Amino acid sequence: MSIILIIEQVLNGLQFGVMLFLMAAGLTLIFGVMGLINLAHGSLYMIGAFAAAVIAGLTGSFILAIIAAMAAAAIVGALVEMVVIRKLYGSDHLDQVLATFALILIFSEGTRWAFGSFPLFLDIPNYLSGPVTLPGGIKYPLYRLILIGVGLFVAAGLGILISKTRIGIQIRAGENDREMIAALGVDISKLYTIIFALGAALAGLAGALVGAIQSVQVGMGEPVLILAFVVIVIGGIGSIKGALIGALLVGLTDTLGGIFLPELLKLFMDTSTAQTSGSALASMAIYILMGVVLIWRPTGLFGARA
Amino acid sequence: MIRESYLNALVLFLLLAVPVWATIIDEPFTITLATRAVIFALAAVGLNIALGLGGLVSLGHAVFFGIGGYAMGILAHHAQTYTPVMSLPFLIEGTKSMPVIWLVAMASSGLAAFAIGTLSLRTTGVYFIMITLAFGQMFYFFTISWPTYGGEDGLSVYVRNEFPGLNTLVPIHFFAICFIILCLVLLLNALIAKSPFGLALNAARQMPKRVQAVGLNPNRLKLLAFVISGVIAGLAGALFADLNRFVSPTMFSWQMSGEIMVFVILGGVGRLCGPVVGAVVFVMLEHFLGGLSEYWHVYLGALLLIVVLFARGGLVGLIVGRVDAHD
Repeated sequence: MSIILIIEQVLNGLQFGVMLFLMAAGLTLIFGVMGLINLAHGSLYMIGAFAAAVIAGLTGSFILAIIAAMAAAAIVGALVEMVVIRKLYGSDHLDQVLATFALILIFSEGTRWAFGSFPLFLDIPNYLSGPVTLPGGIKYPLYRLILIGVGLFVAAGLGILISKTRIGIQIRAGENDREMIAALGVDISKLYTIIFALGAALAGLAGALVGAIQSVQVGMGEPVLILAFVVIVIGGIGSIKGALIGALLVGLTDTLGGIFLPELLKLFMDTSTAQTSGSALASMAIYILMGVVLIWRPTGLFGARA
Repeated sequence: MIRESYLNALVLFLLLAVPVWATIIDEPFTITLATRAVIFALAAVGLNIALGLGGLVSLGHAVFFGIGGYAMGILAHHAQTYTPVMSLPFLIEGTKSMPVIWLVAMASSGLAAFAIGTLSLRTTGVYFIMITLAFGQMFYFFTISWPTYGGEDGLSVYVRNEFPGLNTLVPIHFFAICFIILCLVLLLNALIAKSPFGLALNAARQMPKRVQAVGLNPNRLKLLAFVISGVIAGLAGALFADLNRFVSPTMFSWQMSGEIMVFVILGGVGRLCGPVVGAVVFVMLEHFLGGLSEYWHVYLGALLLIVVLFARGGLVGLIVGRVDAHD
């Protein structure tokens, strides 16, 4: 167990965390403003990854692929919002869960029908692959560093968007009192569609970026979606800041837990038992973290309302 | 328009008549399908107690379904390999006896429901949905990474467990066991709904503050409903494992939770036989559409969307024609 390994794992945890943030930011915005719980957010992540894989295959350009991923996810998101989601704003959460679960079934099977069950591959372009040497002589993959950078950049951009721009004012006003801002002449349904498309584009971006280090396949979105739920429950629903801190906490806990829990248990028990119980415990670590946070603060770290 | 009680009687009659007829014309597969529908219905009736009566939108009922399944899997696995489940601090042997397995399944899923419910009920609304979902994932990943009982591959049980006086290997006998349990649980559900507890629970769902004002603790009522609901789902899990003679982490997956919820919504939330209708329709769709197209989930999704957007009250609500199940 060396210091280099620890730094590497912390970076891996950060990278995982910022990608979770891209998912969680959309979910938390959509819940905060529209009061909608969207299970189909994972499908938008998948759509982004597939769009990127297809465009990268056709054009060979990674940048175009990323743009296509965001555009495809945003367009599908806006369409879904206008056709289905719009009817659900007034309904209770149960209907929202069911309708968005139905959307998952449609998107997943539709994608399987179009692309088959075999994973597609999206390659990291040459100029982004390979390791870089960090100060202290640590070699770390450039692409993962770029992901951390992109994630932090998006977080900063969202922060500015929400606190400084006109649309951000409308979003915050929408979270507080949607009747009032409608009465003030803001086209609330257009605002909703924009927020939904924005959240979808972030999910698509995450899908494409992560798709390049994992495989692009049907069902890739749901595990991430559930982790993103854990993130926003920890951070507090509706809070972008909460989503960022929650995402980093979850990313670091998951990554570091997988490495250090078995090592920690080896101090008390023999190696093979420590390995199995350590990895079993590590797979539960983020949910235990969530449980602890909720016992302490039932509405999450930065959440105002239940 | 027909009365809901007639519809319930008709549903249960058909559910019994089809396998009996299949026995006469010797179609064991139809009996297996009917058994599958009955077991799913049982799990859904369990969820309906938490969801319909208590208003608890639990997206983690696969936890209890899975615990019931693994209770059966672990006990039967030790019985068939002649190894004890544990020898310290006292000896516990495996067993192939269904009633014992059911008791263990119900007790362990009840305990889990108590723990999960106590934690989750600190929250409401969307938080509750997400937390139950997350607990489901926790159990799912735990079973995958715990190698003692097969990990990701699951556990196979070679011979179906025994029930005194019946030959469970005969499909109609096993169907009869499941069907009688379903009827008993439906009876229990009807009794609960009319009992003082059920009425208080109904009130706690609609107006927790007023319930509190008359001196009842709404969260304690909801917790009890959640535990009863988990116990029933656990029993269904044990039966489901026995039907397939196989348990795997899939029983804990969030899709399973989603499907149990789909049964309830498709049939009608809060209706006595809503979950039964939902489960039967689901198994029929799975069989017939699954035969037509590999991608039948697309049609299921579309049907579900239509039910949620246009047919509030589910299929039972559509037939009986009263939109509000709670009056």
